[in-house]
Order: sequence, then structure tokens, then C-alpha cells
Amino acid sequence: MNRQRLRGLIRKEALQILRDPSSIAIAFVMPFVLLLLFGYGVSLDARHVPIALVAAHPTAQTSGLFSGFRQSPYFRPRTYADIVAARRALMRGRVDAIIWLRPDFTRKALGGGAAPVGVIANGVNANNARIIEGYIQGVWASWLAEQARERGQPLVVPVDVRSRVWFNPALRSHDYLVPGLIAVIMTLIGALLTALVVAREWERGTMEALMASPATIAEILVGKLVPYFFLGMGGMALSVVMAIVVFAVPLVGSLWVLFLCAALFLLTALGMGLLISTIARNQFVAGMIALVTTYLPAFILSGFIFDIHSMPWPIRILTHIIAARYFVSTLQTLFLAGDVWPVIAGNMAALAVIAVFFLVAVARISHKRLD
Amino acid sequence: MDWYRVQALVVKEFLALLRNKASRMVLIGPPVIQLIVFSYAATFNLHNVPIAIYNEDAGGAARQLIARFQGSPYFSIGRMLKSGRRIKNIISDKKALLVLRIGPRFSRDLALHRTARVEVLVDGRNSNTGLIALSDVNAVIQAFSVHWAGTHGWRAAPAILVTRAWFNPNLRSRWFIVPGVVGLLTLVVALLVTGLSVAREREAGTFDQLLVTPLGPWEILLGKALPGFLIGGLEATLIIVVAILWFRVPFMGSVLALYLGLFLFLLAAIGVGLAISSASATQQQGLLGVFLFLVPAVILSGFATPIANMPLPVQYLTYLNPLRYFLVILRGVFLEGDGIAILWAQYIPLVAIGLVTMTIATWLFRRRLT
Repeated sequence: MNRQRLRGLIRKEALQILRDPSSIAIAFVMPFVLLLLFGYGVSLDARHVPIALVAAHPTAQTSGLFSGFRQSPYFRPRTYADIVAARRALMRGRVDAIIWLRPDFTRKALGGGAAPVGVIANGVNANNARIIEGYIQGVWASWLAEQARERGQPLVVPVDVRSRVWFNPALRSHDYLVPGLIAVIMTLIGALLTALVVAREWERGTMEALMASPATIAEILVGKLVPYFFLGMGGMALSVVMAIVVFAVPLVGSLWVLFLCAALFLLTALGMGLLISTIARNQFVAGMIALVTTYLPAFILSGFIFDIHSMPWPIRILTHIIAARYFVSTLQTLFLAGDVWPVIAGNMAALAVIAVFFLVAVARISHKRLD
Repeated sequence: MDWYRVQALVVKEFLALLRNKASRMVLIGPPVIQLIVFSYAATFNLHNVPIAIYNEDAGGAARQLIARFQGSPYFSIGRMLKSGRRIKNIISDKKALLVLRIGPRFSRDLALHRTARVEVLVDGRNSNTGLIALSDVNAVIQAFSVHWAGTHGWRAAPAILVTRAWFNPNLRSRWFIVPGVVGLLTLVVALLVTGLSVAREREAGTFDQLLVTPLGPWEILLGKALPGFLIGGLEATLIIVVAILWFRVPFMGSVLALYLGLFLFLLAAIGVGLAISSASATQQQGLLGVFLFLVPAVILSGFATPIANMPLPVQYLTYLNPLRYFLVILRGVFLEGDGIAILWAQYIPLVAIGLVTMTIATWLFRRRLT
């Protein structure tokens, strides 16, 4: 590798970036806007869920149970006179669930017990329905405890579960979604930065001109990578600062490990963009492939929202070639749990393998095509 | 409006799109593959989640409880711990999502009709997965508890919960996700076909030639939009068929309501694509515009996270998103059996978005020239 030629190439690419503001917009404006939008927009914490309360025979017992729902921050209850009206409301989407106390509720509750509390949930959004059912169970359990206290009989249930959640005891979904979002956004940006730029050079024929120059393939690739790497790291730094300052996600791990992993990940993203544009050599096709292979896989297959263990095994194998998978896991660990080397070292090794694979593939393909 | 002229333009657009083998492939292959992959991957239902159990109790009750976990499809018991020292490492190294700890007095407490305690430690790094796992654990223990109370003569609680879910009785999140993926991929295809169509001609300089032909701006618009409708409609149909036949998502509503929704959604999505395309001078700008629209449109549509959970200003922003309305239509028609009468409130905003964006696109055709 010739130092002087390399410096010339890097300078050419840097000038190209500075003169066409769209790369700078991709690297800085996109993460800022997207992180802001997603950070505020994506939340799995349900609040003020509209529910219908129906008591066929209102008594002190039924209103005692209902007042638990009225006081809970999770619900926005409305009272319906009968179950028919409540069902209609559920059908029209005005409420997400119905709590239905049948006429014999009070008699059974005061008598032999096991009075049924009917819960009908709209199951279309299955995840949301389960979260709502969890909240309803909470209200029901505290009502039972209160009843037991009032009657002076301790509530005796066979098994009581004490749960503790580590690394995110307040269960703020922001704290794990924002680090994941950084991975999703940077996948997109890294690939976009290089995918279009090189495809345009092929389309215009300037890539061939570069190759006809004395510069080697390796020099051309390094010349392209270096300026975009710094641009991408700038965007990454901006995202991390926003996560800490704007979204108040605690960073438990150390900054230098984060920096190291981010650099490795960015290499895979840039390498992927280079590979796409080298194969496609056409902006339309490169853009399509970048769209199809970066954003949606990083969103769905990375473990950012959907749990990887629960996927069928062929898909689980597929997730191993998605670089974002390793970065999402690294970021969530670094932000919330700290420098857990058994997790991070494995992820870094995988990222390194993917980066090397992409860069070698790019060098191979560019070389072959020119012959 | 001269149909013959429009027809010629449509043929030309199709040739431009499908002439190149690579662009033919990226248009047709990925949506179907993605439907299959994403529909299998995108599930909130846990399955075979690795857990560890630390059992300090030698009694039969603890064994019965563990047997219930072994029989559950949600969990796969990775290891039985001999001591409590390694619990912390097992969770932080991601060897297990949660550790169930059964104390030494578990069986004895149950035999004495006292409440026995079980401790659950969960990895909260992905707090949603953690919460789902916790609720699955609770369900298993609750079932054990109810069974134990019934067979060992414990007094019943004053009230019990009897839960039912409408439209999706087993709470399969796949039924929710697959119709969502249909909407997502239809949007991607419509934007891909139209988002670069004007920009490509601008970059090549052929758009000026198109403007000096006898074609009026509305005819150009129609010629550019029709391929989007045809390709988008055909691909959407293909994905819907796969969703019904392969994924067995129940289709309860009317086909007419679905296709009216699809048509209006394509109108809005193609309008957005053409407006982005006509506003940009190069393909790179066009693609950037498509990304800048698509990425937020997916997140702010209610595809994975409910709109009701978003802060109010962001909720208002989602009213501008055509995918938001189409997802309601898709899920309503598939799962709830909705017809046209119920879905009016979704159709009207789509028409409005379509008309506004198409008008902007037509206006931008001419404006760029000067």
C-alpha cells in the first residue's frame, strides 16, 4: 500500500463528502431525527387503557373491586349498564377489555368463594392483551388481599411468587429500546452511506477510471472506508450522547468498550454497503437491496423487540448473519448490565468475522469484474 | 385525457422497471421471502426460553412444580443449579433468561397449609421479553397453585379470574403480526416502484423530454402511478394468499372491504412515492426521501408497538401515516370480520392523503423545470 496514493484517495473522498451535503445529512441529521422520533414513539408500556366495567347487581363488594380499577394508573374505566352495551363497545374498539361481574358475584364471594370475575379482552394485539391481563391480575390480587384483611382472615394461597428484575428494575422499556434503536439506525446509515455512493461511481463510469489508475483495489477500498468511517462514528457518538442525555438511559459499562464495539459494528455496516453497491452497480438496485437487507432485518431479526430464542430454528440460524443482532445484545448489555465480557467478547468476535467477510468479498468481486 | 398516450407511457414505465434482470428480481423476490421470514420471526409469544432452576427443597411438591415447567412449551430448562452462587453470572452472561429458586421449606410449608414462596430472578435487559416470561412463569405457578388447593382441601379464594380473549382466543401474536407484515411489504413495494421513477428520469435528463411531449401533467402522473398500482396490487394479493394459506391467519371479513382498503392505501402510498420522486433531482435524493418516509412510517404505524402508548404529539403525527389506517383495515378484516360499513373512518383519511400527495407531485413536475 502506497501511503501517498492512499492519502490522495482519502482526500478525494473527503472532498466529495464535503461537497455533497447529502452524506453529512445521512450521518448526522438522520440519527438525530430518527432517534428522537423513535425514542418517544416506541413504547410497550401501556397506560390509561380504556376498559368497560359491568356489574349486573351493583353492591358494596362489586364497587370495592371496581374502585381498584379506578385508582390504577393503567386503566381508564367506563361503567356500562349491561354486558350487551359493553360487548358493543369492545367490538367498536372503544374499550380494550371488559370486567364483568355476574348477578351472583356478591353471594358467591361472601359465601363459598370462587366467584368468577369475567374478563374479556380484545386479543387482536396479542402482546398488548397479555400486558393488560397482567395489570388486571394485579388489581384483582390486591383486592383479594384487602378483602382478607377486612375479614380478619389471612389470605392463604399455596404458592406466592416473589420476582425481581435485574438490570432494569423499574421496567422502563425506553432503557432497552433506545440502545436497540441505535443499532437499527446505525445499520441503516452505515449501509446507506456507502451503498449509494459507490453504485453511483459505477453507474457514471468513474469507478472504472479509478481502477485504471495505479491505485490498487485495497487502496481504493481503504480510501473509501476511512472518510465514511469517521462520518459514521460521528453519527454514532451523537446517538450515544442523545441516549444518555435526552432519554436518560444509564450507561453502566465503560465508554471505551462501547467505542470499540461501535467501531467494529460500523465496519460491518459500511462493508455491507460497499458489497451491495459493488454487486449491483446501479443506484436503483443498490437502493432496493440496501432497503431490503438492512432496515427491516435489523428491526425484526436482531432481538431488538422480538426474542430470538422463541423463533423457529431456521430463522434463529439466519439471525447469526445479521450484524445488528450482536450489536443490539452488546449495547443492551453495556448500557444496562455493564462490561460483561462473556457476552461482549463473543459478540465482538462475530462482528469482526462479518466485517472481514464483507471487506474481502468486496475486494474479490471488484477485482474479478475489472478483468 | 388521452388513454392511448397514457397507455404508451405505462408500457414505457414497465419496460424501464422490468428490463433489467436485477431490478426484476429485487421487486418480486424479497417481498415473499420477507413475509415468510418476518412472520416466523416477529412473535411476542415465548417459546423454548432458556431458564435455570435452583431447587433447595427435597420434597415431592417441588418436584411436581418443576415437572410443570418441564412440560411447558414456553421454557427449556437449561440447567439445574447446585448452589446459589452462580445465579448472578448465569443471568448476566445470558445463559438463562430467568432463574427460578425454590426455597428449602417449600414442601414443608405446603404440607402445613402455609403459603410457600418461590423466587424468580429475571434478566431485564429486554424488559418486554422479561415481563412476558414472568407472566408465563406466573401462569405455570398459578395453575400448580390452583391444582394444589383443589386436591389438598384448601379454602377457595373469594373470587377468581376467568379470562377470555376475543378474535384471537389463544393470544397468538402471529395473527396480529402477519396482517401487519402484509401492510408493511405493500408499502415497501409501492414506494420502491414509484419513489425513484421521476428522479431516475431527471438524472438521465429524459424527464424534460417527457414534459415537451403532448402528455399533460395529469397524464404523466397516471402513467407513472399505474405500474405502481398493478405491481403493488399483484404483490399484495400474493402476500395475502400466503398469509391465509401458509400462516393460516383466519380471514373473517369481506374481500371487498380489504380490496377497497388496498386500493386506497396504494393511492396514498404511490402519491407519497411520486411526491418524493418529483421533489428530488437525483436518484440518491429520491432514495433518501423514501427512507426518511418509510422508516418512521413503520415505527409510527402500530405495527409492533401500539399507537395508544405513544405520547400525544406523536399520536397526532401518526394521523399523517397511511400505513396506520391500512393496518387497522387489515387486522379488522382478517381477525374481527369487519366490513366496509365499520371501516369508513379508515378509508377517508387514505383518500385525503392520496389526493393531497398526488396534487403535490403534479405541481412539482412543472416547478422543477423552471
